[in-house]
Amino acid sequence: MEEKIIQGRVWVLVDEKGQLIEDIDTDQIYHNAHLHITDRQLMGQYALGNLAGWQDFSQKARPGDIIIAGRNFGAGSSRQQAVDCFLALGIAAIVAPSFGAIYFRNAVNSALPVIRCPEVETLVNDGQLATGDEVRLPLVSGQGENITRQIKFNFIPFSGVQLAIIQAGGLFPYAHQLDKR
Amino acid sequence: MGQTIIEKIISAHCGQPVRPGEIVWLDLDVVSARDFGGPNVVKNYEQEYGEQPVFDPTRVVFTFDLCVPACTLKYADNQQVCRSFAQRHGLRVFDVDCGIGSHVMMEEGLAGPGKTLVGTDSHLNILGAVGCFGQGMGDVDITFSFKTGRTWFEVPGTVKVQITGQPSPWASPKDLTLYLCKTLGTKKVALKAVEFVGEAVRQFTLAGRITLCSMVTEMAGIIGFVPELNENMNKELAAIPGFSLEDWVGPDPEADYEEVLEIDVSGLPPQVAVPYLPHKVKSIDEVKGTRIDSGFIGSCTNGRVEDFRQAAAILKGKKVKDGVILKCVPATRQVYQTLLDEGILEILFKSGAVISNPGCGGCAEGHIGLTGEGEVQISTGNRNFYGKQGKGQTYLASPAVVAASCLAGEIISPEDI
Repeated sequence: MEEKIIQGRVWVLVDEKGQLIEDIDTDQIYHNAHLHITDRQLMGQYALGNLAGWQDFSQKARPGDIIIAGRNFGAGSSRQQAVDCFLALGIAAIVAPSFGAIYFRNAVNSALPVIRCPEVETLVNDGQLATGDEVRLPLVSGQGENITRQIKFNFIPFSGVQLAIIQAGGLFPYAHQLDKR
Repeated sequence: MGQTIIEKIISAHCGQPVRPGEIVWLDLDVVSARDFGGPNVVKNYEQEYGEQPVFDPTRVVFTFDLCVPACTLKYADNQQVCRSFAQRHGLRVFDVDCGIGSHVMMEEGLAGPGKTLVGTDSHLNILGAVGCFGQGMGDVDITFSFKTGRTWFEVPGTVKVQITGQPSPWASPKDLTLYLCKTLGTKKVALKAVEFVGEAVRQFTLAGRITLCSMVTEMAGIIGFVPELNENMNKELAAIPGFSLEDWVGPDPEADYEEVLEIDVSGLPPQVAVPYLPHKVKSIDEVKGTRIDSGFIGSCTNGRVEDFRQAAAILKGKKVKDGVILKCVPATRQVYQTLLDEGILEILFKSGAVISNPGCGGCAEGHIGLTGEGEVQISTGNRNFYGKQGKGQTYLASPAVVAASCLAGEIISPEDI
């Protein structure tokens, strides 16, 4: 399978004590007050808008940036907007030890690589991964690297269907590819 | 090798025996969308498929339950977008007068034992209560399923939760469920199917099973089942249109579980989840005396007839404390009708409660109000995340604890009334 490499600057979602924030739910990512919005480009401004300490994320993030979060990222509701708001900002990937089940699917279906990496907890706690670092994520091999600090780490690679959907640019383009075959 | 319930249901819907970890294309019996997510599905659908027909118009439905009837123009527009799509495609709409979609689909027999059903409601795994594999998904997934009747799915492993002992007489299924949330947290059954067994849950009626299965979402699980039936449950299932007991799916005796967890609930007192996490659960004694401003009885977790019967037993002939607002929202029209027939609505009303039309009520923005900054609410809902129902603090509890607390103006146990 063809390798797909994502490389970018990271934002590590930590609390005021510097701890990686766990269980960030979809209301913290994209509050239900904005659910009536159906135009993706309008969703970016609300990304992480209800997460203490990160309300200004949409102004700070640049296209190509990567988010690092604690376990069970995207718990809660099924809203696609909680994925789409990051796509609107051009976020290239989200890395966390684990994701909410629905969130994980939604992200794959929208071709936002959600990378399961149990090691990030230790990396962040040991000061080996911090906001501003440049990381490299080859989606097929699962062998990541913090380029800034020259530290290698592993993540769980995507399975066949998941990677095919991401490579195609999402579930819809993937389905159109299937139709053509 | 035997199979667990989820493995059996998925195997029957993808044409091959499956094992955990496999990713399969799953055939869907019913696909639904609600008033949040639904308009996005329609928009995606028109972009991707134009006016092409859905896979089967008899198996695609809309359920409006969140902002019902619409209280803002945007939601009114969004609902109309769905109605118009449904009309063009010949789809059923369970409109703003019907109640919570997952419950309506159970009552209507769309969600039956052994079936597969997906929709834009993250608590659709509640359908495990009737032995149906229900799953909430985002609007991209649901759009694809509208068109194809299929979805990709990774077969989850199954954890068996063996519950031992009997809780105290004042503990309801909600108290047991909150205790399981506390014990299992968001890690122990994360991304797994769960089978709950043991006498304490086998005795649960349909309402109790609904309460338990609905909160598997908060445990980060995929779906929960209660395989063992009882006589009362058999009767409730028999009342579902098209139901046959032969369709009930149980695990094979030699089914392969990833883990078996034993949880003792002997003598369990009422439980309360404190702000802002559903698994931050304490025994009632630890939170007694906490002042409250409002109470909410309803939601997909506790909006059934039995839930209101329990509340009414406490409220009967008494008045909610001055300054406290108690909001009651039956899950469906059918529930509302029964509450009306049994005189329960009258008891609630005379106690001072606000009674609303069926729907998701206090869990969704808008339907029956929000909490203001500094407001303390005690709710029978399933989530108390920061900011979800406004700027106030939300405690989660059973209908009996909410009713008792509204009489006292502070959190108390029903046994103290």
